[in-house]
Amino acid sequence: MLLNPHQWVSSHADYLYAFAITRINDEELARDLVQETFLAALQKVDGFEGKSSERTWLTAILKNKIIDVYRKKAQGLKTLDNEKQGTPEVDFFGEDGHWKAEHGPKEIGMEDRDHLVSKEFEQILQQCMQRLPVLWKAVFTMKHIDEEATDAICAELKVTASNFWVIIHRAKLNLRACLQKNWI
Amino acid sequence: MSYLKKIIHNCKQATYLIEKKSTTRLNFRETIELRIHLLGCSFCRIFSKQSRVINMMVKELFKSAMQANPRLDDTFKKELQDRIEEELNK
Repeated sequence: MLLNPHQWVSSHADYLYAFAITRINDEELARDLVQETFLAALQKVDGFEGKSSERTWLTAILKNKIIDVYRKKAQGLKTLDNEKQGTPEVDFFGEDGHWKAEHGPKEIGMEDRDHLVSKEFEQILQQCMQRLPVLWKAVFTMKHIDEEATDAICAELKVTASNFWVIIHRAKLNLRACLQKNWI
Repeated sequence: MSYLKKIIHNCKQATYLIEKKSTTRLNFRETIELRIHLLGCSFCRIFSKQSRVINMMVKELFKSAMQANPRLDDTFKKELQDRIEEELNK
Protein backbone atom coordinates (compact mmCIF):
# COMPACT_ATOMS: atom_id res chain seq x y z
CA MET A 1 0.00 0.00 0.00
CA LEU A 2 1.28 3.43 -0.99
CA LEU A 3 -0.44 5.32 1.77
CA ASN A 4 0.05 4.30 5.35
CA PRO A 5 -2.17 6.39 7.63
CA HIS A 6 -0.95 4.43 10.67
CA GLN A 7 2.43 6.11 10.24
CA TRP A 8 1.23 9.54 9.11
CA VAL A 9 1.78 11.38 12.35
CA SER A 10 5.22 9.97 13.08
CA SER A 11 6.39 10.38 9.48
CA HIS A 12 4.92 13.71 8.44
CA ALA A 13 3.33 15.68 11.29
CA ASP A 14 6.45 17.66 12.22
CA TYR A 15 7.23 18.44 8.60
CA LEU A 16 3.69 19.63 7.90
CA TYR A 17 3.71 21.67 11.07
CA ALA A 18 6.99 23.37 10.07
CA PHE A 19 5.56 24.07 6.62
CA ALA A 20 2.45 25.65 8.12
CA ILE A 21 4.17 27.65 10.85
CA THR A 22 6.59 29.31 8.41
CA ARG A 23 3.64 30.51 6.36
CA ILE A 24 1.18 31.26 9.12
CA ASN A 25 2.72 32.76 12.17
CA ASP A 26 0.31 31.17 14.62
CA GLU A 27 1.15 27.97 16.48
CA GLU A 28 -2.38 27.00 17.39
CA LEU A 29 -3.70 27.60 13.90
CA ALA A 30 -0.78 25.66 12.42
CA ARG A 31 -1.58 22.70 14.67
CA ASP A 32 -5.23 22.82 13.67
CA LEU A 33 -4.25 22.85 10.03
CA VAL A 34 -2.06 19.76 10.43
CA GLN A 35 -4.94 17.94 12.07
CA GLU A 36 -7.41 19.06 9.41
CA THR A 37 -4.98 18.00 6.72
CA PHE A 38 -4.80 14.42 8.01
CA LEU A 39 -8.56 14.19 8.47
CA ALA A 40 -9.22 15.58 5.00
CA ALA A 41 -6.61 13.21 3.58
CA LEU A 42 -8.40 10.21 5.09
CA GLN A 43 -11.48 11.14 3.10
CA LYS A 44 -9.44 11.28 -0.08
CA VAL A 45 -7.40 8.13 0.30
CA ASP A 46 -9.23 6.42 -2.56
CA GLY A 47 -8.37 9.25 -4.90
CA PHE A 48 -4.62 8.91 -4.31
CA GLU A 49 -3.05 7.74 -7.54
CA GLY A 50 0.49 7.34 -6.36
CA LYS A 51 1.77 9.94 -8.82
CA SER A 52 3.49 11.80 -6.03
CA SER A 53 4.94 10.76 -2.71
CA GLU A 54 2.77 10.55 0.35
CA ARG A 55 4.41 13.65 1.78
CA THR A 56 3.96 15.70 -1.39
CA TRP A 57 0.33 14.67 -1.53
CA LEU A 58 -0.29 15.62 2.10
CA THR A 59 1.57 18.92 1.63
CA ALA A 60 -0.68 19.78 -1.33
CA ILE A 61 -3.73 19.30 0.88
CA LEU A 62 -2.16 21.47 3.57
CA LYS A 63 -1.34 24.16 1.00
CA ASN A 64 -4.99 24.43 0.06
CA LYS A 65 -5.91 24.83 3.69
CA ILE A 66 -3.32 27.58 4.08
CA ILE A 67 -4.75 29.37 1.04
CA ASP A 68 -8.19 29.25 2.69
CA VAL A 69 -6.69 30.94 5.73
CA TYR A 70 -5.05 33.62 3.58
CA ARG A 71 -8.35 34.27 1.89
CA LYS A 72 -10.30 34.51 5.12
CA LYS A 73 -7.73 36.80 6.70
CA ALA A 74 -7.57 39.02 3.62
CA GLN A 75 -11.35 39.27 3.72
CA GLY A 76 -11.20 40.37 7.33
CA LEU A 77 -8.72 43.07 6.44
CA LYS A 78 -10.96 44.41 3.73
CA THR A 79 -13.70 45.09 6.23
CA LEU A 80 -11.18 46.77 8.49
CA ASP A 81 -10.09 48.99 5.62
CA ASN A 82 -13.66 49.91 4.93
CA GLU A 83 -13.93 51.15 8.45
CA LYS A 84 -10.75 53.09 7.86
CA GLN A 85 -8.89 51.33 10.60
CA GLY A 86 -6.14 50.09 8.37
CA THR A 87 -2.82 51.90 8.52
CA PRO A 88 -2.58 54.45 5.72
CA GLU A 89 -0.27 53.29 2.98
CA VAL A 90 2.94 55.20 2.48
CA ASP A 91 3.38 56.71 -0.96
CA PHE A 92 7.03 56.45 -1.85
CA PHE A 93 6.77 58.49 -5.03
CA GLY A 94 5.89 62.05 -5.93
CA GLU A 95 3.39 63.01 -8.59
CA ASP A 96 5.89 62.73 -11.42
CA GLY A 97 6.77 59.20 -10.28
CA HIS A 98 10.15 60.17 -8.84
CA TRP A 99 11.24 58.87 -5.41
CA LYS A 100 10.31 61.29 -2.66
CA ALA A 101 13.50 62.59 -1.07
CA GLU A 102 12.95 60.76 2.24
CA HIS A 103 12.17 57.44 0.56
CA GLY A 104 14.98 57.18 -1.98
CA PRO A 105 16.88 53.87 -1.69
CA LYS A 106 20.27 54.10 0.00
CA GLU A 107 23.03 51.55 0.20
CA ILE A 108 22.68 49.83 3.55
CA GLY A 109 25.38 47.20 3.25
CA MET A 110 23.09 44.46 2.00
CA GLU A 111 23.82 44.93 -1.68
CA ASP A 112 26.74 42.58 -1.61
CA ARG A 113 25.14 39.47 -0.26
CA ASP A 114 28.37 37.91 0.98
CA HIS A 115 28.22 40.26 3.93
CA LEU A 116 24.85 38.97 4.88
CA VAL A 117 25.12 35.98 7.09
CA SER A 118 23.94 37.83 10.14
CA LYS A 119 21.17 36.42 12.30
CA GLU A 120 20.26 39.95 13.20
CA PHE A 121 19.48 40.86 9.64
CA GLU A 122 17.38 37.72 9.28
CA GLN A 123 15.35 38.71 12.30
CA ILE A 124 14.67 42.17 10.96
CA LEU A 125 13.70 40.73 7.61
CA GLN A 126 11.29 38.40 9.33
CA GLN A 127 9.72 41.21 11.32
CA CYS A 128 9.38 43.26 8.15
CA MET A 129 7.68 40.31 6.42
CA GLN A 130 5.21 40.02 9.28
CA ARG A 131 4.27 43.66 8.89
CA LEU A 132 3.04 43.19 5.35
CA PRO A 133 -0.72 42.99 4.86
CA VAL A 134 -1.87 39.36 4.82
CA LEU A 135 -2.79 39.28 1.15
CA TRP A 136 0.52 40.82 0.09
CA LYS A 137 2.46 38.36 2.19
CA ALA A 138 0.42 35.51 0.72
CA VAL A 139 1.08 36.64 -2.85
CA PHE A 140 4.75 37.23 -2.11
CA THR A 141 5.24 33.84 -0.45
CA MET A 142 3.41 31.89 -3.12
CA LYS A 143 5.40 33.58 -5.87
CA HIS A 144 8.88 33.76 -4.42
CA ILE A 145 8.97 30.75 -2.09
CA ASP A 146 6.55 28.24 -3.54
CA GLU A 147 7.30 29.50 -7.05
CA GLU A 148 3.77 28.96 -8.21
CA ALA A 149 2.54 30.18 -11.58
CA THR A 150 1.10 33.68 -11.58
CA ASP A 151 -2.28 32.67 -12.99
CA ALA A 152 -2.62 29.90 -10.40
CA ILE A 153 -1.97 32.38 -7.58
CA CYS A 154 -4.47 34.82 -9.05
CA ALA A 155 -7.13 32.11 -9.27
CA GLU A 156 -6.47 30.77 -5.78
CA LEU A 157 -6.38 34.11 -4.02
CA LYS A 158 -8.98 35.69 -6.28
CA VAL A 159 -6.92 38.65 -7.42
CA THR A 160 -6.80 40.02 -10.96
CA ALA A 161 -3.59 39.82 -12.98
CA SER A 162 -3.00 43.56 -12.86
CA ASN A 163 -3.66 43.60 -9.14
CA PHE A 164 -1.18 40.78 -8.75
CA TRP A 165 1.67 42.90 -10.13
CA VAL A 166 0.63 45.89 -8.08
CA ILE A 167 0.76 43.73 -4.94
CA ILE A 168 4.15 42.22 -5.85
CA HIS A 169 5.46 45.74 -6.43
CA ARG A 170 4.06 47.24 -3.24
CA ALA A 171 5.11 44.31 -1.10
CA LYS A 172 8.71 44.75 -2.22
CA LEU A 173 8.66 48.54 -1.84
CA ASN A 174 7.45 48.19 1.73
CA LEU A 175 9.76 45.33 2.61
CA ARG A 176 12.78 47.23 1.29
CA ALA A 177 11.80 50.44 3.02
CA CYS A 178 11.32 48.56 6.28
CA LEU A 179 14.82 47.09 6.00
CA GLN A 180 16.37 50.47 5.22
CA LYS A 181 14.63 51.94 8.22
CA ASN A 182 15.51 49.23 10.71
CA TRP A 183 18.85 47.94 9.55
CA ILE A 184 21.70 50.33 10.21
CA MET B 1 6.65 66.17 -20.87
CA SER B 2 8.30 64.22 -23.64
CA TYR B 3 8.06 60.43 -23.70
CA LEU B 4 11.76 60.09 -22.91
CA LYS B 5 11.57 62.48 -19.99
CA LYS B 6 8.66 60.55 -18.59
CA ILE B 7 10.69 57.36 -18.61
CA ILE B 8 13.66 59.06 -17.02
CA HIS B 9 11.61 60.50 -14.17
CA ASN B 10 9.27 57.64 -13.49
CA CYS B 11 10.87 55.60 -10.70
CA LYS B 12 7.48 54.18 -9.77
CA GLN B 13 7.16 52.57 -13.18
CA ALA B 14 10.82 51.50 -13.19
CA THR B 15 10.58 49.70 -9.84
CA TYR B 16 7.35 48.08 -11.03
CA LEU B 17 9.20 46.76 -14.06
CA ILE B 18 12.10 45.56 -11.89
CA GLU B 19 9.67 43.45 -9.86
CA LYS B 20 7.91 42.18 -12.93
CA LYS B 21 11.22 41.24 -14.47
CA SER B 22 12.19 39.15 -11.45
CA THR B 23 9.41 36.68 -12.14
CA THR B 24 8.52 36.99 -15.80
CA ARG B 25 9.84 38.27 -19.13
CA LEU B 26 9.36 41.90 -19.99
CA ASN B 27 8.20 42.80 -23.47
CA PHE B 28 10.49 44.72 -25.81
CA ARG B 29 9.19 48.14 -24.94
CA GLU B 30 9.36 47.49 -21.19
CA THR B 31 12.91 46.20 -21.50
CA ILE B 32 14.06 49.34 -23.31
CA GLU B 33 12.22 51.64 -20.92
CA LEU B 34 13.79 50.00 -17.90
CA ARG B 35 17.27 50.08 -19.41
CA ILE B 36 17.06 53.77 -20.23
CA HIS B 37 15.76 54.56 -16.77
CA LEU B 38 18.43 52.60 -14.93
CA LEU B 39 21.20 54.28 -16.94
CA GLY B 40 20.28 57.59 -15.40
CA CYS B 41 18.89 56.67 -11.99
CA SER B 42 21.19 55.57 -9.18
CA PHE B 43 18.26 55.18 -6.75
CA CYS B 44 16.60 52.56 -8.88
CA ARG B 45 19.92 50.83 -9.51
CA ILE B 46 20.26 50.42 -5.74
CA PHE B 47 16.64 49.30 -5.54
CA SER B 48 17.26 46.70 -8.20
CA LYS B 49 20.25 45.20 -6.38
CA GLN B 50 18.48 45.21 -3.03
CA SER B 51 15.36 43.70 -4.50
CA ARG B 52 17.33 40.74 -5.82
CA VAL B 53 19.09 40.20 -2.50
CA ILE B 54 15.78 40.41 -0.62
CA ASN B 55 14.34 37.64 -2.81
CA MET B 56 17.28 35.41 -1.99
CA MET B 57 17.23 36.30 1.69
CA VAL B 58 13.54 35.56 2.06
CA LYS B 59 14.07 32.18 0.45
CA GLU B 60 16.85 31.43 2.90
CA LEU B 61 14.72 32.62 5.77
CA PHE B 62 12.07 30.04 4.90
CA LYS B 63 14.66 27.35 4.41
CA SER B 64 16.33 27.94 7.75
CA ALA B 65 12.95 28.14 9.48
CA MET B 66 12.16 24.69 8.10
CA GLN B 67 15.57 23.39 9.12
CA ALA B 68 15.16 24.77 12.62
CA ASN B 69 12.62 21.98 12.73
CA PRO B 70 9.78 23.30 14.89
CA ARG B 71 8.10 20.27 16.41
CA LEU B 72 4.68 19.34 17.65
CA ASP B 73 4.52 18.10 21.19
CA ASP B 74 4.15 14.38 21.78
CA THR B 75 0.79 14.50 23.53
CA PHE B 76 -0.73 16.32 20.59
CA LYS B 77 0.80 13.84 18.18
CA LYS B 78 -0.45 10.84 20.11
CA GLU B 79 -3.97 12.23 20.23
CA LEU B 80 -3.80 12.99 16.56
CA GLN B 81 -2.75 9.45 15.63
CA ASP B 82 -5.49 8.06 17.90
CA ARG B 83 -7.98 10.21 16.10
CA ILE B 84 -6.78 8.89 12.75
CA GLU B 85 -7.02 5.28 13.95
CA GLU B 86 -10.53 5.98 15.15
CA GLU B 87 -11.51 7.28 11.72
CA LEU B 88 -9.89 4.27 10.06
CA ASN B 89 -11.90 1.89 12.21
CA LYS B 90 -15.22 3.50 11.46
